[in-house]
Amino acid sequence: MRDIVASTTELEPYASFHPAIAPQKAGRNTRLWNLVQNQPLGAISALILLVIVLSAIFAPYIAPYDPTGGNSAALYVPPSGQYWLGTDAFGRDILSRLIYGARVSLIIGFGASILGVVIGTAIGVTCGYIGGWVDSIAQRLMDAMLAFPMLLLALAMAAVLGSSIQNVIIALAMPIVPRAARISRASTLVLKTTTFIEASRAIGCSNLRIIVQHILPNTFAPLLVISTAYLGLAIVQEAALDYLGAGIQEPQPSWGLMMSGSATTLALTAPWIVLFPGVAISIVVLASNLLGDAIRDVLDPKLQRNV
Amino acid sequence: MTGYIIQRLATGFVTLFGVAVIVFLIMRVLPGDAAVMMSGAGSGVVSEQEIAQVRHRLGIDRPLVVQFADWAGHVAVLDFGTSLRTGSPVIEDIARRFPYTLQIVVLAMIIAIGVGVPAGVLSSWLAGTWVDRTLQTVTIIGLAAPSFWVGLMIILGLVYFFQWSAPLFWEPFWVSPFKSMSQLIWPAISVGIRQLALIARMTRSIMREVLGEDYIRTARAKGLSEKRVVFRHALWNGALPIVTLIGFEVAALFGGLIVTETVFSVPGLGQYVVQSILDRDYPAAQGIVLVLAGIVVLGNLAVDLLYGLLDPRTRVQGAGA
Repeated sequence: MRDIVASTTELEPYASFHPAIAPQKAGRNTRLWNLVQNQPLGAISALILLVIVLSAIFAPYIAPYDPTGGNSAALYVPPSGQYWLGTDAFGRDILSRLIYGARVSLIIGFGASILGVVIGTAIGVTCGYIGGWVDSIAQRLMDAMLAFPMLLLALAMAAVLGSSIQNVIIALAMPIVPRAARISRASTLVLKTTTFIEASRAIGCSNLRIIVQHILPNTFAPLLVISTAYLGLAIVQEAALDYLGAGIQEPQPSWGLMMSGSATTLALTAPWIVLFPGVAISIVVLASNLLGDAIRDVLDPKLQRNV
Repeated sequence: MTGYIIQRLATGFVTLFGVAVIVFLIMRVLPGDAAVMMSGAGSGVVSEQEIAQVRHRLGIDRPLVVQFADWAGHVAVLDFGTSLRTGSPVIEDIARRFPYTLQIVVLAMIIAIGVGVPAGVLSSWLAGTWVDRTLQTVTIIGLAAPSFWVGLMIILGLVYFFQWSAPLFWEPFWVSPFKSMSQLIWPAISVGIRQLALIARMTRSIMREVLGEDYIRTARAKGLSEKRVVFRHALWNGALPIVTLIGFEVAALFGGLIVTETVFSVPGLGQYVVQSILDRDYPAAQGIVLVLAGIVVLGNLAVDLLYGLLDPRTRVQGAGA
């Protein structure tokens, strides 16, 4: 979704982010309070994500049952006082599996989006700054990578690399790289022509220093926004990979794997098994999208696109 | 315009070539060697020599560049080789499965556009009211819910309320159009909901922008009916970016179909690509991945050309991009 938005707004300069032009800092607490007031949805989303991250970290203390050890006396138990969200075909507690599954989803989601955005930015900024034939070749390569539907590239990579957490992170980062590269390249091209870059070149800054100290900080805002968008996308695609059997393997609890039974048979016996993992994914994705929108509005009010 | 078309076609061709290289490289480093799989080495009774023979027969003991040239040469005449799994030519498998996928995509886009655009127009026109807020909430949830999970929920609902069962045989459209449509409508809905939400939100924000323009005020001031202002003046001008989005989304739909077809077990291209990749059926996987990426490239090309046709300004800009 953001690809499109990014590509239509790509030409808009992000030059206004230079620290010298950015608004002066108020006290930390007042700023936080203003943020909550101006972006209530963003604040709630941040809170929800925080709660989910914390419960993933402290899973052993929160989860009521062992996520992998099933109770053979309690198969397909509907949601009840004892098992809040019911149990699955092996008598494993769904809630506990969701809490532990959040670890997998969040590690992979954050890992893939950060890795993809970092590599993509490195490529995009370097190519945009250097230009010339290096840039042209890299751009054709990025175009080719963009031609793959995201999930397809990730699926092929995951099948090649095998299904460990690191490999799934790499596989999911792959499709993010060209998208981040395009956005950071576009802002670099705009920045390159601005006066303050020209000035730093005039006073004799090295190219590396210009890139690291002046260009990178200014590409930060749009990249932060797309990072949050890709966090959500990566989590959905991770679940899809697991569902297809190309991602995390049993008995590790993961949200995608939890849905992978036959929906037609589960519908009559235990619909809650497929229901709750999807709800969990939707909440995380919704929260990260809304947070991304809020960050965008705060960092760049010009970009109010509401998509 | 001719120059523009030639330039776009050339870029598209270069991109396709890059796609072919990437597909080839990814598939050839698959660790589960096809030769080992085929000779059933998992059982442990096959000698190294036999595996080497299979490798030689498949031609995968040659240098990579030679293999690529060989493969690309065949692909150029639409010969993708023979599937290791089904034993029939990959191009035939693809041709047999393509109609299902195409039908789902068309249905999904009809649903997405038919509901999404009016919803977006309504939302922009009633901006700030409860109708707008409800639509905004529904669509943002539609964007967050994974489409394959939406598919699973649709199956749950169908089975639970209508004792639905997954079709054992999917009617081709030309045999019985009605039955075929009623079977494929469910995967189409589940994959189209995301597009619907996206189109509705995009239409809303574009329309909001357009409705704020001076010429809309002029149109209202000269006493045109609100209907005429919204549809004739505003929507007509906002149509271009919406068309672009729809063009890109058709390509994205093919991606979404990969999982959805597996969820519904529709024998389309999405299911084929998943099975081929997971079974390390590399002739099939290479072929179908190339075809899917090729569809995306062609889709983007079509959007570019359409855009150039509808909006002459982009032809000049496009030349530099």
